[in-house]
Amino acid sequence: MSMFKIFNVAGSAVSAQSQRLNVVASNLANADTVAGPDRQAYKARQVVFSTTPMGDVGTAGVNVSQVTEDQTPGRRQFDPKHPQADAEGYVTYSNVNAVEEMVNMISASRSYQNNIEVMNTAKSLLSKTLQMGQGN
Amino acid sequence: MLNRLTDSLNFQATALTLRSERQRLIASNIANADTPGYVAREFDFSQALSQATGQRTSGTSALAPSTVRPSSSHAGHLGLDGRPAGNNAEPSLSYATNAQTNLDNNTVDMNRERASFVDNTVRYEATLRFINGTVRTLNTAITGQ
Repeated sequence: MSMFKIFNVAGSAVSAQSQRLNVVASNLANADTVAGPDRQAYKARQVVFSTTPMGDVGTAGVNVSQVTEDQTPGRRQFDPKHPQADAEGYVTYSNVNAVEEMVNMISASRSYQNNIEVMNTAKSLLSKTLQMGQGN
Repeated sequence: MLNRLTDSLNFQATALTLRSERQRLIASNIANADTPGYVAREFDFSQALSQATGQRTSGTSALAPSTVRPSSSHAGHLGLDGRPAGNNAEPSLSYATNAQTNLDNNTVDMNRERASFVDNTVRYEATLRFINGTVRTLNTAITGQ
């Protein structure tokens, strides 16, 4: 029964989208941080989706192939009294753009919902198929 | 006699299989809505159905050139047309184009896919009802009540 594969496909998409949401959450959480764990300013992270074939032709799931770091320079602010200030008195903040992240979050959440909807529909169709011919 | 009774059932079963194939295809498209470079797939349902049922009814004339298929001994073997061999119900897939172009070369049109998904769901349920109706008719005929 080919429809069981829908759960694999939509499930892979749901897990990929939730990883995207996770990355957005950590970006937003670090929007105002000065230093990350590596003593550098936090760099915004983005997931990269790629298609994974799942057996048959036309059955394609999603996975996160890599997580990239945004290499644009972070926001610099003059604040000589800050403990993380460099020799010239500038503090480098993370390069997270909060507006971009919010848009990303909404997009990820909509895609997540879409895939859950697909799974629900497939589930109800399969349970109706199971009751086929029972004289209802 | 029994053939005639089950012929319509066979047809509906083929239609149901193709509907589930299409459901899976659209699910893949929806799942890959955010994947860069993904090209949406689609197939012509009526053409696939007539192809599948046509092959079934004319299956006895095995010498006709169109029904000769290469044999395969492994699930990954491809047929002459580049599709997996030995699967007659497999419809030939085509590529869908997007109404609005995307910079990331993804051709999934989310509005169309969702509409197709709902449409396919309703038609799948309709086919199920046809099957249930046929079964009920047969039951009535058998029990004679």
